[in-house]
Amino acid sequence: MQCCRALPPLFLITGSRDSGPMLLGAVIAGVLTAGLTQGLSHAGKIEESTSMGVVFTTLFAIGLLLIVRAADRVDLDPSCVLYGALELTPLDTMAVSGLHLPRAFVVNAAVLGVNGLIVWLLFKELTIGAFDPMLATTQGFRPRLLHQLLMALVALTAVACFETVGSILVVAMLIVPAATARLMTNRLPTMIWLSLGVAVIGTFLGHIGALTIPPLFGFADTTTSGMMAVAGGFLFFIALLFSPQQGLLIRAYRQNALRLRIRTEDALATLYRREEEDYPALELPPTRQLRHLRRRGLAVEERGRWQLSERGKAEAEAVVRSHRLWESYLVDHANMPLDHAHQSSERLEHVTTPSLREGLDEVLAKPERDPHGHSIPRGEG
Amino acid sequence: MKHRFHFNFFWLAALALLLVVSLPVFAQSSNAASVGSALRRIFSAHDYNTRVVMSGTGLLGIACGVVGAFMVLRKKALFGDAVSHATLPGIALAFLLAVAMGGTGKNMPILLLGAGLAGLLGMTVILVIRNSTRLPEDAILGIVLSVFFGAGIALLGVAQRVNTASAAGLETFIYGKTASMLGEDGRRIAWCATALLGICALLFKEFRALCFDAEFARTQGWPVRSLDALMMGMVVVTTVIGLQAVGLILVIALLIIPPSAARFWTEDLRALVLLAAAIGALSGVLGSGVSATFPDLPAGGVIVLVAAAIFLLSFIFGRSRGLMVRAAARVRLERRVNRQNALRAMYEVSEQQPEHQPIPESALRAVRYWPGVQLRRALRRLAREDLAREVLDGWVLTADGREEARKMVRNHRLWELYLIHHADVAPSHVDRDADVIEHVLGQKMVADLEALLAESSPKPPVPVSPHPIAAATRGGAS
Repeated sequence: MQCCRALPPLFLITGSRDSGPMLLGAVIAGVLTAGLTQGLSHAGKIEESTSMGVVFTTLFAIGLLLIVRAADRVDLDPSCVLYGALELTPLDTMAVSGLHLPRAFVVNAAVLGVNGLIVWLLFKELTIGAFDPMLATTQGFRPRLLHQLLMALVALTAVACFETVGSILVVAMLIVPAATARLMTNRLPTMIWLSLGVAVIGTFLGHIGALTIPPLFGFADTTTSGMMAVAGGFLFFIALLFSPQQGLLIRAYRQNALRLRIRTEDALATLYRREEEDYPALELPPTRQLRHLRRRGLAVEERGRWQLSERGKAEAEAVVRSHRLWESYLVDHANMPLDHAHQSSERLEHVTTPSLREGLDEVLAKPERDPHGHSIPRGEG
Repeated sequence: MKHRFHFNFFWLAALALLLVVSLPVFAQSSNAASVGSALRRIFSAHDYNTRVVMSGTGLLGIACGVVGAFMVLRKKALFGDAVSHATLPGIALAFLLAVAMGGTGKNMPILLLGAGLAGLLGMTVILVIRNSTRLPEDAILGIVLSVFFGAGIALLGVAQRVNTASAAGLETFIYGKTASMLGEDGRRIAWCATALLGICALLFKEFRALCFDAEFARTQGWPVRSLDALMMGMVVVTTVIGLQAVGLILVIALLIIPPSAARFWTEDLRALVLLAAAIGALSGVLGSGVSATFPDLPAGGVIVLVAAAIFLLSFIFGRSRGLMVRAAARVRLERRVNRQNALRAMYEVSEQQPEHQPIPESALRAVRYWPGVQLRRALRRLAREDLAREVLDGWVLTADGREEARKMVRNHRLWELYLIHHADVAPSHVDRDADVIEHVLGQKMVADLEALLAESSPKPPVPVSPHPIAAATRGGAS
C-alpha cells in the first residue's frame, strides 16, 4: 500500500506526462520500491514496516527535489502529485472511434478491463494465494509470483488513478472500499462486488458532496478528489456502525438484547422459586426487571404484590427446569461438587434450547428431583 | 501495584544541557557572545534566519530521533505516518475558524493546535477500529491516512476559495517550508523537544519494558495501555512541531530513519536513543544548511536525503549490525568451519593409512565435498599456521596439527556417540548431524559429553568412528 505512495514523484524521472514514459517510470518505481523494501528488510534484518518507511520517504524526497528542480520544464506542481487534477480531466480529451472521450476515462476504463480480466481468470489462484499461501505452494500455484502480479496490478492502477486523484487518494480508493466490504461480509466474491459498489457510490457521493456541502456553510465548492476520500470514509464509518457481524451498533444492540433476556429469565426464575416455597405473594419494590415482566404480560402486580401470570409461569418453569436438570447432570455425570453446580447451571440455563433440555432429561432418566431435593418442574413437554 | 517512576540523573543532565544550549539561539540579539558563537559562525553564515532554521531543525531532529527510537522498537513505525497525514484537516479547519472569527488565519499556534487535535482524533480512530474489527493493521492505517488527508484536501480547497492570499501558506504544511521559521517557532520546537525528552527520561524504564516485552510490563502491573497511548501522543506532538519544517509527508522520515540507522551501530537502548537523537540533529542541521546554501532546494527533502545518506552509511558500515560486520563474521565462520573440516578430513584419512604417509588431495576430496578452491585455501591456511606441510605427493599433518585435528575428530565422534546412544539416531545418519554441531561445541559442552559418555582419562583417546568413513568405503580412493 505504501509502495504506491512513493510511485508518483518518480514519474518525474522520465520528465514527461505522456502515458508511455510515465507508465515505464511507474513500473521502474514500483519495482524499485518493492525490491528495495524487501531487500532492505532482508539484508539489514529490520522490520518490514520500518524499511518501508525508510524507502518510500527517501524516494519521495528524491521525487520532491526532482519536481521542484524541474518545475519549469514539467507542468506538474507538488500539490497536484498529492491530490490530482480531477477537475481538469474533461479538458484533456482523445478520440476513440470517432468519440471525443476524456483521456482519463479511456485510461481508467482500460485498466478496469485489465484488472477485471485478470481477477476473473486467476480468481481461484488469487483466492488460495491470499488465504493460504502454504496450500497454494503445495498445489503448485507459486504464491510469490501471484503476489508480484498483484503488486504489478496495484502499480498499474495507481498510475492510472494518479493523474485524476493524486497519490494519497489512490490509497483511499484502493483500501477504503475493500475494507468497507470486508466489514460487511466474509465471502470473497460478495466482498469484491460490494467493494465495487462502495467505490462507485463513494465517488458519486464525493462529487456531489464537493459541490453541495461547502455551500451549506457559506463557502464555494471544493476539490472532488478530497471529498471522494471523505465519502469513502463516511461509507466505511456507516459499515463500522451497522455491519451485520462486526458493526459496533449492531453488536451493542445484540449484547443489550442478550442482557435483557438473561435478566428477564432470572427475574422469572426468582418469582417462580418464591411461589414454589409457598411464600404469600410478597411485596416487592417495582424494579426495572419486574416492570419489564409486567409490560410483557409475564407477571401481574396487585397492590405491590407480584405474581407470575399464566404465561410467565410457563416460561419460568422452562428456565427452572433447565437449571435443575443441569444441576443434576453436573453432579451425577460431570462429578461436580454439589456446591459448585449451582453457579454453572445459572449460566447454562440461559443457553439451553428445548431439545437440549429434553435430551438432558433422557440422559438423566427423567429425574423427579434435583440434587438439592427441589422438584424439577415437568413443563409442557 | 508496586511501581515507582524513577528519574534517571543521566537523562536529567542531558536535558538541562539541551535547554541551556538551545534557548539562547533563538534570542533576537545576534551578537550574543557565547562559546558556541564561533562554531555557529562557521555553520551558519552568521545570519539570524539561517541560525534559527538550523537550530530549529536540529532540535526537531533530536526530538524525532528520541521519540522515533521507541516507536520503531515498538514496531509502530508507520503509525506516525497515518497520524501526520491526519493533521491536515485540523490545520485547514483551524484556519477556516480563525478566518471566520475575523483573523487572517495565519496564527501559527492556532493552526498547530488544530493539527494536534486532528492528529489525536486520527490516533483515537485507529485505536477504535483496531479494537473493534478484524481488519489488518496496515489497512486501518491506510484508511485513516487517506480519509483524513482527503478531508484535509477538501477543506483546503474550501479555504483557498475563501482567501487565496493567506491560504496559500497552508500548502507549506504539506511539504514544509523551513524558510518561514521564526524565532518564536524555534522556541516552540525547543520547549516541545525538551518536554518530550523529559517524558522519555522520566519514563525510560517503562518505555523500555513496553518496547521489548509488553507482556512483562503488563504482568508487572504497569499501565501498558496508558503508556502506549502516551507514546502515541508523543508521536502526535513530534509530528505537529515537525510539520512546519519538513512537512506532513516527510516528517515520518525523521521519526523512522534516524533510529533505524542507529540500530546498525548499537544493541544498547540508551546508546540507541542518544545516537538516534544525534543522527536526527545532524540531518536537520546539515539538511537545512544545504538547502539554505542552494536556492530552490526544499529543506524537507534535503533533510530526509541527508538522513537517508546517514542510514545508508550505517547500513553498510554499522559496527553492530551493518552489512560489512555481518559479512566479515560470516567469512570468519566459514573459514573456521573449513579449517576444522580440513583438519578432520586429514586425520580421518591418515587413520586409514600408514602413519606419516602423505595424504593426496584426491583422498581428501573423497571424504567430503569441497566447493571450488575451498580445500586448497584451507590447506594453505593450515600450512601458514604450521599445522600441515605440503610434501611431494600430498600433505602431512605436523605434530601440532595432529593434536589440533585429534580435538576436532574427538568432538565429532563424541557427538556422534551421543546421538547414537542418547538421541537414538541411526549410525548411518549421525555423520551429517555431527558435522553441523561439531564446529560450535564449546569446551564445557565437550566435557559434559565426556561425562555423559562416561569416559574421562587425562589424555582422552579419540573414540573409534561409529560408522565406516567415506574414504574407506569407497576403497581408499587413492
